[in-house]
Amino acid sequence: MGEIDTNRRGVAATRLLPMSSLERADVARLAALARIDMTDEDLDRLSGQLAAIVDSVAKVAEVAGQDVPATSHPIPMSNVHRADEVRPSLAQDAALSGAPEAEDGRFRVPQILGEEA
Amino acid sequence: MTDWTRASAAQMAAAMKAGEVTSVELTQAHLDRIAAVDADVHAFLHVDAEGALATAREVDEARAAGEELPALAGVPIAVKDILVTQGMPTTAGSRILEGWEPPYDATVTRKIREARMPILGKTNMDEFAMGSSTEHSGYGPTRNPWDLDRIPGGSGGGSAASLAAWEAPLAIGSDTGGSIRQPASVTGTVGVKPTYGGVSRYGAIALASSLDQLGPCARTVEDAAYLHEVMGGHDPMDATSLDEPVPSCVDAARQGREEDLAGVRIGVIKELSGEGYQAGVEQRFEESLELLKARGAEVVEVSCPSFEYALAAYYLILPSEASSNLAKFDSVRFGLRVEKATVEKTMGATRAEGFGDEVKRRIILGTYALSAGYYDAYYGSAQKVRTLIQRDFAAAFEQADVLVSPTTPTTPFKLGERLDDPLAMYLNDVATIPANLAGIPGMSLPSGTAPEDGLPTGFQILAPAHEDARMYRIGAALEKALAEQWGGHLTAQAPELEVAK
Repeated sequence: MGEIDTNRRGVAATRLLPMSSLERADVARLAALARIDMTDEDLDRLSGQLAAIVDSVAKVAEVAGQDVPATSHPIPMSNVHRADEVRPSLAQDAALSGAPEAEDGRFRVPQILGEEA
Repeated sequence: MTDWTRASAAQMAAAMKAGEVTSVELTQAHLDRIAAVDADVHAFLHVDAEGALATAREVDEARAAGEELPALAGVPIAVKDILVTQGMPTTAGSRILEGWEPPYDATVTRKIREARMPILGKTNMDEFAMGSSTEHSGYGPTRNPWDLDRIPGGSGGGSAASLAAWEAPLAIGSDTGGSIRQPASVTGTVGVKPTYGGVSRYGAIALASSLDQLGPCARTVEDAAYLHEVMGGHDPMDATSLDEPVPSCVDAARQGREEDLAGVRIGVIKELSGEGYQAGVEQRFEESLELLKARGAEVVEVSCPSFEYALAAYYLILPSEASSNLAKFDSVRFGLRVEKATVEKTMGATRAEGFGDEVKRRIILGTYALSAGYYDAYYGSAQKVRTLIQRDFAAAFEQADVLVSPTTPTTPFKLGERLDDPLAMYLNDVATIPANLAGIPGMSLPSGTAPEDGLPTGFQILAPAHEDARMYRIGAALEKALAEQWGGHLTAQAPELEVAK
């Protein structure tokens, strides 16, 4: 399998790659991109299942030709606009009420940069 | 003494109006029932006895004072834990949101409050609505009241089971690929997925935004119609909300009960039968068709060849959208935090601990399908299949007013049976998924029990977008014909649950 890049705009290279099954290393890399830590046991359990799912869904590429337009939204609709007016919204303390940690009216998080950075 | 938990919501509303019962009595009867059976059924993740009784008291006082009240005022309701509810915890079945209390109400929550319906509590579901059995709940499975060793369907197994166990007369569900209709089918109840955009999604924790739709769960078609009209309508807070009048579901259901079906064309979808469909499910489906014919409907066969690819397209579109929607569970603004040295490590550890296997599978699948180089082959192709499915439906609706099929290929299976085989689990939804891909409305109502196992079978009715009322007409007609045969509704045939002292 080739390099995986989650940047969708990098899609310019519209190559139709052969549908290959997902391998364990691919699952590890995807999990890291999705910010889900995985143990070796997790990878053992999920890799096989994911490969089977990918193999079974790959058939979508068989059926629709170039002439078929894509549907992203089931019901046709146009963009919605409204007047740019100030309206009541969640108060700051309400917005922070479910936060694991807050300080000075803001969400508090652990340090952003690791030591290697 | 009348056991009010066995009445329909419409009967409860009429009895309150006639002064035969109060909302406090009704609400207390349901709370007592929950206390008696929910240790076994586990339909509820949270019960709000105090809040429900407070609403009930207000309704009783308003009624005594001669106030004009909404149609379902005082009728208790159960709410799927996917809807945010101020003052009640909301988890969407996930450990990552354990104990979270939302600071606002979903639009549908607000509408229920405005309809003055006591909210009994929040119902169990597969984590973030990913699943067909409620076994993927972070809080343990719900059990099917027809057989406690079997699944109640999913993701809305809690809502459906609460109805079948007489714990609530009405419930809210959400349907992304069948999560209202499949649980209805396997619990012998009624469930409706409205036209996409017919009910506001504001405050419904998003799974796949282009597929998700909230809808009513009930024991009768008429009750579902009343609740549909409470839930539906335009909402400026949801950009995908349809700006059009709420369909006249209650009137359509009445028409279905009172008039024949002369001139109505019913299309049987050829592809949703045969291999993989249990004999008893097909038998009850055929018998239901005969009943509809006897009431004057014309039955034709239609073909939707692209449905073969619906499941595959769905399992690319859904994980793609879900992987993006679930990025918000990052340990910063709400929910679980497993503290590590840096924020990135904290996110990884939090999501590892907070998410269950099915959620992890789908996030990884979605991350893969959206990857550069794979995007066109997977997500792009799936979106094209979506167009083909819409074309199939458009052609079929040229030949028929509504389309029908069994809701699920089988009766409910045993807990644990498909837990380690995601693909087998996904097959549950083969007949319900096409409606979500096309945005059209769908209903499931009971067609009986399969002769081979005595478990409920479901009949699915699909209508063109915006024509939700049609399903209520056909559904009510079939329900009435079946009730005449059975001498009542199917849920009355469910075995009695053991009651805790």
